[in-house]
Amino acid sequence: MGQTPNSTENIDKTPASAASKKPNQSKLFVPEPPFRPGDTPDYSHISVPSNHTPVRPDPLCDAHDTVEHALKLIRVLRFNGENAGPWKTDLSLEKKLEALEIMMRTRAMDERMFTMQRQGKMSFYMKSTGEEAVSVGHALALRDDDMTFPTYRQQGILIARGASMKEMMCQVLSNSGDPLDGKSIPVLYSFKKHGFFSISGNLGTQLIQGVGWAMAEAYKNTDGIASVFTGEGATAEGDFHYALNFASTYRAPCIINVVNNQWAISSFQGIAAGRGETFAARGTGYGLATLRVDGNDILAVYAATQWAAERARGGGGATVIEHYTYRAEGHSTSDDPSKYRAENEGDVWPFGDPIQRLKTHLIYMGAWDDERHAALAETLKKEVRETFKEAEAMGSVANSTQLPDSTMFEQVYETEPSHLREQRQMFNEELG
Amino acid sequence: MPQMTMIEAIRDALDVKMSQDPDVLVFGEDVGYFGGVFRCTAGLQEKHGLHRCFDTPISEGGIVGIAIGMASNGLRPVAEIQFADYIYPAYDQIASEAARLRYRSNGDFTAPLTIRTPVGGGIYGGTTHSQSPEALFTHISGLKTVIPSNPYDAKGLLITAIEDNDPVLFLEPKRLYNGPFDGDPHKPALNWKKHELGEVPAGHYTVPFEKARMIAEGDDVTILAYGTMVWVADAVVKEMGIKADVIDLRSLLPLDLDTIVESVKKTGRCVILHEATRTSGFGAELSSLVQEHCFYHLEAPIQRVTGWDTPYPHAQEWAYFPGPKRVKRAVKAVLKGA
Ligand SMILES: Cc1ncc(C[n+]2csc(CCOP(=O)(O)OP(=O)(O)O)c2C)c(N)n1
Repeated sequence: MGQTPNSTENIDKTPASAASKKPNQSKLFVPEPPFRPGDTPDYSHISVPSNHTPVRPDPLCDAHDTVEHALKLIRVLRFNGENAGPWKTDLSLEKKLEALEIMMRTRAMDERMFTMQRQGKMSFYMKSTGEEAVSVGHALALRDDDMTFPTYRQQGILIARGASMKEMMCQVLSNSGDPLDGKSIPVLYSFKKHGFFSISGNLGTQLIQGVGWAMAEAYKNTDGIASVFTGEGATAEGDFHYALNFASTYRAPCIINVVNNQWAISSFQGIAAGRGETFAARGTGYGLATLRVDGNDILAVYAATQWAAERARGGGGATVIEHYTYRAEGHSTSDDPSKYRAENEGDVWPFGDPIQRLKTHLIYMGAWDDERHAALAETLKKEVRETFKEAEAMGSVANSTQLPDSTMFEQVYETEPSHLREQRQMFNEELG
Repeated sequence: MPQMTMIEAIRDALDVKMSQDPDVLVFGEDVGYFGGVFRCTAGLQEKHGLHRCFDTPISEGGIVGIAIGMASNGLRPVAEIQFADYIYPAYDQIASEAARLRYRSNGDFTAPLTIRTPVGGGIYGGTTHSQSPEALFTHISGLKTVIPSNPYDAKGLLITAIEDNDPVLFLEPKRLYNGPFDGDPHKPALNWKKHELGEVPAGHYTVPFEKARMIAEGDDVTILAYGTMVWVADAVVKEMGIKADVIDLRSLLPLDLDTIVESVKKTGRCVILHEATRTSGFGAELSSLVQEHCFYHLEAPIQRVTGWDTPYPHAQEWAYFPGPKRVKRAVKAVLKGA
């Protein structure tokens, strides 16, 4: 190991400014993850609860009745493939097979796009590998017209809602088929028609906006709800506090999802968590209902979302859901996780892989087998490859985007003010 | 025609829009039952209901954040920030989100919201009740920034802002809330009720953006001003007995450049006034535009009279405020050799 965690070396050199004061035993504490590159990760201390999933209270219960749910873990899929416990869902077999396919399609797309980024076809990409159950399970439990306020790692919602993968790829390629005309970097999608709010590069901002959206639904007296997302890292932003506070004050019909994938780029979750018990427990102090769910268990995600959606639609207000999962791959195409975490950490993570877990369940149910699984993976791979070819034919930043540069002047305002008209003319004269 | 203070005109604009359009909601700190610390929303909750005009937690980022979410969901929120000095916690939501939403989503989502906030000094507000942060917002593409100088414009511009489909920052010079102010704190306070721009039509009317107002006209010099400084300029011109174009910009972004250029080409001289600090202030943009468009017509260097590059002091209020004495000096300087 290159450096010693919590080394005392640096603090033994007392700064001159402290010379007249007495020593303080707490020193300056800086949390460190349990494992760093070169370590052998061991997560045996994380208990994987199988038989003590908390009870499923009435969705319109008092928020306080979910205090213990913030500390426990809702699980449905057992490792042996069984579907058990109080949160067991009534999803049909057909729906479960569909869920599996959507997760697999999401992963297949991520794989292809990552490779294509490596081949220089686009500037950037972000995978959601290992977290597909969170977005897909969540989307399947919502109504398609419920607005989601995603981060850049919920592409599964779009796939689940039937967005055109070609259009998504065109966005990533910033080409003539890009609905955003090349204005945003890859994966910052916007699909209003699929209830998928425009993604911002600024972390956290969408949390409070989603609460505002939900307040508008309540004001209009509709039963639409909003579902907002953050990674656990960005819960440290002020916007997370705004969202919980406003959601509580105005009983906004929304779901506040914290996707705890353990990592925020290179920072382990302990940097954002402080001495807090869980991220779900943050909701308790605001008087919000709280659930903590095994995020690699799509049936548990589905069940928790369904509960929270019912609560929101029924006037019970917001629920904070912590989806406990693991970021299986690098943060983005610009990141190399081997520089800050143990190499095989994802493999030994005790909650497994969400696609494997659902697959095991479907096999246990007698509705699936390895051959069909492999065949589906192959079909999806082909489908994605073909779709990418079609998308690439519409241009890419690698060769020509096939987008007129002058589109950059559009949609700044509803109508073009004179200073922009003048700049567009300048642009034409200088570069046209 | 009814006579109104600027406070009453603003309240009336809100009342007119709330009566016409159920999508218009008004909220902010203390705006509900109490009616706002400056009374701009007095009576609105009682008249339109708790859910149309309500109090928020003390959270500027939260206030603008929910406004964006509501606006993108079809409502027309009018959010109040109690003092412009407290708008910074909302800066990320304004600059990164409200202003960029239409662009980054290529028109998929829009944010037709209005943010009202009192600005400016001259009220012994010290460092945190006197600021004029307009330049921090005119630098943001996608946002519109307007500032009225009188009750008539305040009502008309606010109605335009609420009806506009882009986010609008509506700056209210609090020194002008009750009456015009010529920069001399020793004179008795004036009231809008005796001023022709205090005549405010009842009901709906609008004042367009990107359109300046001529307060006075003349060939000697062009004075560009907005907010409180309009009335300082007006008084100085009258006192000096000169003929000047005093242009109240009203809308900073988008800007009525045509009126400015036409005037400076006529007078050949330009003085720019604002309360905000000098360096990188909006005056720098104005000066640059005048230089670019009127270079061959300029007979003297452009003068800027602004707040000093210091935080807004308390005890030294009148040494800081760009009052008549300094404005007169600058006007004399550009007129030299005329
Ligand atoms: C306001 C802001 N600060 C910093 C960044 C840079 N940044 C992008 S992603 C990221 C990590 C986010 O981690 P987390 O919230 O845990 O989400 P995850 O990437 O794990 O899904 C950071 C620091 C940003 N985009 N916005």
